[in-house]
Amino acid sequence: MSEKELRAKNSVPAGAGREEGIMNRAAERLYNGIAKENPTFVLMLGMCPTLAVTTSAINGLGMGLTTLVVLALSNLLISLLRGLIPNRVRIPAFIVIIASFVTVVQLLLEAYLPDLNKALGVYIPLIVVNCIILGRAESYAYSNPPIPSLFDGIGMGMGFTVALTCIGLVRELVGAGKAFGFKITPDSFEPVRIFAQAPGAFFVLAALVALQNFVKAAGARAGRDTSKIGSGCSHDCMNCGEKGCSQRFYDDGKEE
Amino acid sequence: MESVKELLVILIGSSLVSNVVLSQFLGLCPFLGVSKKTKTAAGMGTAVIFVITLASAVAGVIYQYVLVRFHVEYLRTIVFILVIAALVQFVEMFLRKAMPGLYEALGVYLPLITTNCAVLGVAITNVQKEYGILTGVVNGFATAVGFTIAIVILAGIREKLEYNDVPASFRGMPMVLLTAGLMAIAFCGFSGLL
Repeated sequence: MSEKELRAKNSVPAGAGREEGIMNRAAERLYNGIAKENPTFVLMLGMCPTLAVTTSAINGLGMGLTTLVVLALSNLLISLLRGLIPNRVRIPAFIVIIASFVTVVQLLLEAYLPDLNKALGVYIPLIVVNCIILGRAESYAYSNPPIPSLFDGIGMGMGFTVALTCIGLVRELVGAGKAFGFKITPDSFEPVRIFAQAPGAFFVLAALVALQNFVKAAGARAGRDTSKIGSGCSHDCMNCGEKGCSQRFYDDGKEE
Repeated sequence: MESVKELLVILIGSSLVSNVVLSQFLGLCPFLGVSKKTKTAAGMGTAVIFVITLASAVAGVIYQYVLVRFHVEYLRTIVFILVIAALVQFVEMFLRKAMPGLYEALGVYLPLITTNCAVLGVAITNVQKEYGILTGVVNGFATAVGFTIAIVILAGIREKLEYNDVPASFRGMPMVLLTAGLMAIAFCGFSGLL
């Protein structure tokens, strides 16, 4: 989406505020998560939920916010416990912490937002294996103080929410002629139903990655640093960590 | 007890009609990452069948006899993910010791599956749909077979795609995703089967 680039271009660099220390770092983390390293549009992390729940904007928003809560809380707790967790068992420890928060959030959703819980179904417990959360725990929260970690989680979560809502909006608009449940296209517009169903998700993502490749190539020509773009699955994702597919498979499969 | 007919319906439903990758989007990482050659895709598929069937059996037993018994069903997400991670480690060690031949064939894929969301997804779906242990195992097996079918077909198409002239921006992942989308449309055709 061009919105991201627009924001990256127009927004004030993170360090520009004159407040010192903690506020500055918090703001920097928020900006980093929403624009600079947007988990979906830039890093390409967490693709399963991205494709599965974005059948409508409202579902995307719900999933994004749920993930945001889990991400922020688990980042905070992992950062607080970082002195206590031994290095060798850190991944299982992260998973237990993340799974606990997912369970809490799931029970809350069941109690207070049963409709959303039903719409998101099995993807709520599957937040546990969302690579964004483990990736942030591993690459940020485990080695940084609590407040920046909390804001890192919030920023990443907001970036994820924005991305899911955008994708959901596009699919809802093309697939059903609606935005957030309200019909907005004229009657003469025949919705392309396939976009609200499973195949549409693949097409939208394909267009997105193609756009990303295009931006990356243009950026490389202009001499900008594009190493972050599309780097998700080769760096911080749990599936694709050091013993995973990054070396063995992704290198030859992903980019030419 | 589950009747044979019910099991057959689950078998077809989980492998073809609601295919795990193409309509539920679980296990996308290996689906996109390991589908470059038919041979590796088939290896990955076999490993997934093996692990998911085993994991749904173990998760089913633990759920029925531990979690339900002590009324702590809400702990299932935590317990399942830990059990699956431990199980895959165990399987890897066991295969390396006891069946070197099989380990040679499947070993490299096992670490990739540890946190494959399809494994956890099946375990949780089994609980949500209130399947018994046997039904759960059949569902797990069928899901994994569906994954294998999808990944092998995709790998076959990708081998052919190598020789085509694709626009620069669409090279690599976007083309694979478009292919997957078309496959998903084709698999929609199965929806009238049940």
